[in-house]
Amino acid sequence: MVTVNGEQKNAAGQNLLAFLKTEGYEPERVVVERNLDIVPRDELEKVVLEDEDVVEVLRFVGGG
Amino acid sequence: MEQERKLSKDADPEKDVQEGKSLPDQLQIEDPEEVKKQMQQILSKEELDRAFDARFPKEMQQKFRGARVAIAGLGGLGSNIAVMLARSGIGHLLLVDFDTVDVTNLNRQMYLVPHVGMPKTRAILQILYQVNPYLDYETVQAKVTPENVKELFGGYPIVCEAFDKPDQKAMLVRELLGQCPESTVVSGNGMAGVGDSNGIRTAKFGNRLYVCGDRTTDVGGGVGLTAPRVALCAAHEANKVLQLILQEDS
Repeated sequence: MVTVNGEQKNAAGQNLLAFLKTEGYEPERVVVERNLDIVPRDELEKVVLEDEDVVEVLRFVGGG
Repeated sequence: MEQERKLSKDADPEKDVQEGKSLPDQLQIEDPEEVKKQMQQILSKEELDRAFDARFPKEMQQKFRGARVAIAGLGGLGSNIAVMLARSGIGHLLLVDFDTVDVTNLNRQMYLVPHVGMPKTRAILQILYQVNPYLDYETVQAKVTPENVKELFGGYPIVCEAFDKPDQKAMLVRELLGQCPESTVVSGNGMAGVGDSNGIRTAKFGNRLYVCGDRTTDVGGGVGLTAPRVALCAAHEANKVLQLILQEDS
């Protein structure tokens, strides 16, 4: 299981980009931290989630 | 129509006003350097320092004076943050924006009618020199991209994200955390509409990121951006900056 924003998700084996899209996130609008490291935008597709990964997804909304 | 309401009793506002140095009738100077000079003529550094002495403990002032803070974006968040940090006496501010002041900015940004059409970097300087003409302000009129993030913000211990578009916000935060390991990032996320003031909060995300806002209300939702809630979020960002500065050596 992968912990995403504190919730258990059955996402091991998926690449991060695919996972984000499945969860309804827009990849351009999020910052993703995996096991305390920021994942660069162009590496989202290369990173494959592993069992026990801890992922934080911060979604940005417009306005400023 | 100009209106000044007079009180019926003891209505002599002139009586208690000490003799002050008056501003020019119309401040039409455009060059920020000229504004700075004029303001320095009106208010001496010693006079301003004495005022700060009366308000802040010396140690706090020294920390603020020695601090370097960058602000990316000079819209509703950034223009408010810049003014609040200048009022607090932050010694050096880096101010970055590519845009010019638009009429639609007047509902929530610090700019005034005479600033419409002016680059925001220039307009904010005019304002900041009138707030405190003795601080160091550096401006860059440029669009922030992943390629120039390090050149612009590298070495700054604190960077405020103050953009308005969500993809730009995410890009900047991602790149700062990835490319500028010495920077702590303070970001604004979610302040549209007129929802509950207490919905705006500051939360820590990882070790080097603070996110201020309600995290949900999107300007795309058709609720617009209003001065109070944008200023609330800006104040959260500015206050976190001050907290970080005071914590720095402790």
